[in-house]
Amino acid sequence: MASPPQLSAIKDARVLMVGAGGIGCELLKTLALSGFRDIHIIDMDTIEVSNLNRQFLFRQKHVGQSKAKVARDAVLRFRPNISITPYHANVKDPDFNVDFFKQFNVVLNGLDNLDARRHVNRLCLAADVPLVESGTTGFLGQVTIHLKGKTECYECQPKPAPKSYPVCTITSTPSKFVHCIVWAKDLLFAKLFGDKAQDNDLNVRSGNASTSDHTDDVFERRTDEDIEEYGRRIYDHVFGYNIEVALSNEETWKNRNRPRPIYSKDVLPERPINQNGNMDGASATDNPSSVSAMASLGMKNPQEIWSLMENSKIFLEALKLFFGKRDKEIGNLSFDKDDQLAVEFVTSAANIRASSFGIPLHSLFESKGMAGNIVHAVATTNAIIAGLIVIEAIKVLQKDAKNYRMTYCLEHPSKKMLLMPVEPYEPNKSCYVCSETPLTLEINTHQSTLRDFVDKIVKAKLGMNLPLIMHGSALLYEVGDDLEEDMVANYAANLEKVMSELPSPVTSGTLLTVEDLQQELTCNINVKHRDEFDEEKEPDGMVLSGWTQAPAVEKKDENHVGNGVGTSKNMPTNAEQVEMNEDLEIVPADVEIPAEKKRKLSEISNNDGLGTSRGAAETNSHSKVEELDDDDDVVFICDGDSDTIKRKKLH
Amino acid sequence: MDGEELTQQETELYDRQIRVWGVDAQRRLSKANVLVCGMTGTVAEFCKNIVLAGVGSVTLVDDGVVTEEALSANFLIPPDESVYKGRTLAELCCDSLKEFNSMVRVSVEKGDISSFRVDFFSKFDVVVISSCSLATKKLINEKCRRLLRRVAFYIVDCRDSCGEIFVDLQSYKYTKKKVDEAVEFELKYPSFEEAITTPWRKLPRKTAKLYFAMRVIEKFEEAEGRNPAETSLLDLPGVLKKRKELCEAESLNESQIPDSLLERLVVGTQEFPPVCAVIGGILGQEVIKVISGKGDPLKNFFFFDAFDGKGIIEDISNPDAAS
Ligand SMILES: [Zn+2]
Repeated sequence: MASPPQLSAIKDARVLMVGAGGIGCELLKTLALSGFRDIHIIDMDTIEVSNLNRQFLFRQKHVGQSKAKVARDAVLRFRPNISITPYHANVKDPDFNVDFFKQFNVVLNGLDNLDARRHVNRLCLAADVPLVESGTTGFLGQVTIHLKGKTECYECQPKPAPKSYPVCTITSTPSKFVHCIVWAKDLLFAKLFGDKAQDNDLNVRSGNASTSDHTDDVFERRTDEDIEEYGRRIYDHVFGYNIEVALSNEETWKNRNRPRPIYSKDVLPERPINQNGNMDGASATDNPSSVSAMASLGMKNPQEIWSLMENSKIFLEALKLFFGKRDKEIGNLSFDKDDQLAVEFVTSAANIRASSFGIPLHSLFESKGMAGNIVHAVATTNAIIAGLIVIEAIKVLQKDAKNYRMTYCLEHPSKKMLLMPVEPYEPNKSCYVCSETPLTLEINTHQSTLRDFVDKIVKAKLGMNLPLIMHGSALLYEVGDDLEEDMVANYAANLEKVMSELPSPVTSGTLLTVEDLQQELTCNINVKHRDEFDEEKEPDGMVLSGWTQAPAVEKKDENHVGNGVGTSKNMPTNAEQVEMNEDLEIVPADVEIPAEKKRKLSEISNNDGLGTSRGAAETNSHSKVEELDDDDDVVFICDGDSDTIKRKKLH
Repeated sequence: MDGEELTQQETELYDRQIRVWGVDAQRRLSKANVLVCGMTGTVAEFCKNIVLAGVGSVTLVDDGVVTEEALSANFLIPPDESVYKGRTLAELCCDSLKEFNSMVRVSVEKGDISSFRVDFFSKFDVVVISSCSLATKKLINEKCRRLLRRVAFYIVDCRDSCGEIFVDLQSYKYTKKKVDEAVEFELKYPSFEEAITTPWRKLPRKTAKLYFAMRVIEKFEEAEGRNPAETSLLDLPGVLKKRKELCEAESLNESQIPDSLLERLVVGTQEFPPVCAVIGGILGQEVIKVISGKGDPLKNFFFFDAFDGKGIIEDISNPDAAS
């Protein structure tokens, strides 16, 4: 039970929750039980089956409905007299502006993606509303607290950038299964079923073709070409012919294992045995979304690792089903982890490619995790984290600053602790979000266009939503609904111009101002011209610095961020930094592997003088008698990372 | 793999957690039977967690009726008299839990747990009790220990902003991968009685103060013949006297059990929902670990106090009593 002063702070508070997912469901329940009476909750997502194992406010019958609304109704069943206001919307919608945020006493995040977290961080700073931020992965989680000017903001420490892969690793020299997944998903799937007009590295490959068989676009199905023939032609082209072409470049294979070209006739009988049965099996239902190659081939177990032959059958079957049952969608499909047929296609294609390159094959279950960037989640961690969020929120409402804590939920105890509180840090004085430190951009001003700058820096690195770019008093670019037509045309023209040829030329020494009016964030950027960039290390062709490395949304997965699939890039920062599910690497279905990721945290903890054993705890013990509230926490020393600014404890 | 596959429905529902603990663990979970006694807010949290995780069955014991306290931290009970009238806490919680996961069998066992015979407990893999007297805790623990097959035994209690978990796995063997190599571990657990009779002077100086404070309260309630959490501020002098008595007998400095902490425990008899969530979550995780055989289990006490935010594991066992 909350104490009387706590209760009075709670009952008068108006709180905003962002996210009604794994943490959100637990949080809403705990807030309601704790006596909160005015709760607003934003979530753009609808309920999916795979949510039901932990988002306990939702039932099978709710699949497809708004999370925020269903969560509200469920909580009102056990706390009918409180007010819960749901918003089935994206927190980045302009309606949720600074004034909207100002009405709350505290904002509580239960989000699953970096992009939205950064956005909420900025609005909380602009509105000067305290933010309690959280995240979980498997058994690990953390709660942090952010108050403008008093503690670090969410972006004071750069988050680990998601892994991106050099293009040639994906197109020519894969060495891990995930490379094959990226190839199958972003190149092959996109090429066959997505927007044909889009640039695609597979194009380049096929364009190299010199034989008459490979003229024009091999991926185009010829008029009245039999679907089976077409499938085999694609198969032979991407797994056979393209590999032969790659092998002809001897230089590439000097220090690598040579891949093996695979042709359909070597793996499968000339014509499929059960050709007639196939389509019938799948047409048991007419709902295109339930079409499955596994089902029509009578394969059931997603955990099973298929043989090369099985993968080849799935590949051809899936392709056939796309053209036979879902032909209307072809041309504008993008990969979705919840699209069974798409997952089957990508799994089989990745496995066939993996066979070629001597990489171990993986099950559909594992492939789906990699392709969909699936976050590992269990109910217990979310429940613990939600409890800790409420504890912190109550302190914020009572303005109990000296007791603010960031808390880490660990898998293995550190200094006997499974839940480890740490005092929050002071703001990073060079943080471009919560201070006014200018940034530096190295860029080839004669080659990079304004569009490159907007896409690669302003959106991807600075995380701006509605940017406005100025050079002195000259407006170079802006986004908005109320712009004059001629301005829109002007900006569109500017986007295609290289930096040095803009109406107000951007050259070495130029100071650019970039603003986001919704986030009320302004950044100054000093431009420095540079001729050359390392293709592998600096694939953007430009480098932003001044506040260490910026986090970026994995480009290859940008389309998923909107799905809320999210990569939860919210793990302990800096000394407590744990790299977690921020990349495409997925943890196999085995608890030992997360433990390995986790170990980084305890290792760092040990370096920081935190003993993990009881022995260490005893050596630390003082002879004096301690009072309960006498805080004898071990001090965290947060260096050892020369790139980051040393952080000071608040007290 | 023992040849049995999860159904497609299970694979789909449990997708995210299978990615954490694997298919084998999920299969073992689906065969486990859990007994729970005392439908507190913390136990409600725990039940939600294991029902969502997909254990085989959960059996609830609590013939109590709905009171204001029972409602205060338990989201499984609808606060509607027309629904709860004439029904026990276990029945009400059972109805709610069934809705969380149709693949888990949730049922109610009527009666007083301390009168259940030994063989009743043999049906379960895990027994969790809450809100029981000291005598009942010891009794149930001993009954579980008399069975041939190991029953994992847990006690959980929350008061004010504090929570305590006790674990008895008797003898527990598990394997852990250490750099490609599977290493066997074996842990020996004392019973609750053995643990709490460990002389205080043998415990490390930094042992959680909450451990001592909970023992003082327990002894006080036993001496006064109180039901669990039936105390008020009026009892503080009596509790402080009990502390003096115990500290003298155990040669512990009384300041190791601060007045302020005892006062919170005596007055704040109701659960604090965020602490229920934390303790119910930790307990859920521990039970999942033990059923699935994955991960280091907790030995043998866990304490959380929202006051300092620390969640601490203590190993309270008498080195001399080791058999
Ligand atoms: Zn900052």
